[in-house]
Amino acid sequence: MAMVPRPLSGLAVVPAYNEAQTVAGVVTALYRDAPGWDVLVVDDGSTDETAAVAAEAGARVVRHPFNLGIGGAVQSGFRFARDHGYERMVQVDGDGQHDPREIDRLVRARARHPALDMVCGSRFMSEDFRYPAPISRRTGIHLFAFLMSRIVGQRVSDPTSGFRLYNRRAIELFARDYPHDYPEVEAVLMLHHHRLTMREVPVRMYERGGGQSSIRSGKSLYYMVKVLLAIAVGLVRRRPIVAPGDAAPVAAGAGL
Amino acid sequence: MDFHLRLAAVGATFVLLLLVLELVRRRRLLERYALVWMAVTALLIVLAVWDGLLTGVATLIGIAYPPSALFVVAFGFVILLLLHFSVAVSRLTDQSKVLAQSLSLLEERVRRQEQSTGELDALQAAAPDYERSEA
Repeated sequence: MAMVPRPLSGLAVVPAYNEAQTVAGVVTALYRDAPGWDVLVVDDGSTDETAAVAAEAGARVVRHPFNLGIGGAVQSGFRFARDHGYERMVQVDGDGQHDPREIDRLVRARARHPALDMVCGSRFMSEDFRYPAPISRRTGIHLFAFLMSRIVGQRVSDPTSGFRLYNRRAIELFARDYPHDYPEVEAVLMLHHHRLTMREVPVRMYERGGGQSSIRSGKSLYYMVKVLLAIAVGLVRRRPIVAPGDAAPVAAGAGL
Repeated sequence: MDFHLRLAAVGATFVLLLLVLELVRRRRLLERYALVWMAVTALLIVLAVWDGLLTGVATLIGIAYPPSALFVVAFGFVILLLLHFSVAVSRLTDQSKVLAQSLSLLEERVRRQEQSTGELDALQAAAPDYERSEA
């Protein structure tokens, strides 16, 4: 595959599943408010016009033949960024809850600390703005925040945030291996295992513009238990690190 | 329930639980499927330890010998798990069909594109001074 180094440009990845109503607005806002970023929409097997609408708005579009879930969608973004030689990637949700103007905050944090591998937008750090979320969801997020802070050894206030900036090292790591179902919390743990560094900066997030959260209320219990299991298992994994040349995770294993 | 029987039931279920955890740890089993197994093993352990509950279940479905009820419940879960995996296999079958179709359609498109660029190259090779004559 042709590796064209593009040190100056970054890739904004927008995972979208049935977000035809909002995705065009997100793409347009990205081109307007975040110049210098190429935009890739990953249409995760939508059954509506998401892909067509995104392409119409000028984004490059990768379409999955069926729904892989948010983890698979974002990983397609990482693989695209890796294969096309991007040095930076930012992840922006397709539902309009992340503001492209705030990408600059993430970029500035990395300019101050160039060694950072990931900069994460946190909803719970700004004093003047309260994130509008139901108590149940906030409780879950704070539980994960508490656990991850203890494990990682630094304060992580919003481990479920999907508004993240990655450098080349993080892109290569996550292109190789990224969690399946609800990936954000586990990604923080992976980063820690691989001794990559992260930092949070305060951002504002808005109510979803439309569509459906990947975490519906009925599924939130499953979400909690699944992520807790993943954290527990991740802690006792003999070799948490999947390095090039290791046996492939899950897929290639034969029977017991 | 007899002590030895209870010990065997709890022991066997516990070994199953450990096996499931080890498989997740080695990344041979996705959390998604591990959770189903863990829920079942947890329930079976509760039933094996908690005599009152097991006797209750036994009288409810009319079984005189409570340990048989444990067997019946476990069998019920096995049926449910099998159904669950049949559903999962159906989904995978459907997905691999879609994947194969997308791949062959894509291959056909690439082949056609390669053919047309090949024809273009052949044309240029046949008339090397085409550009010069135009100039």
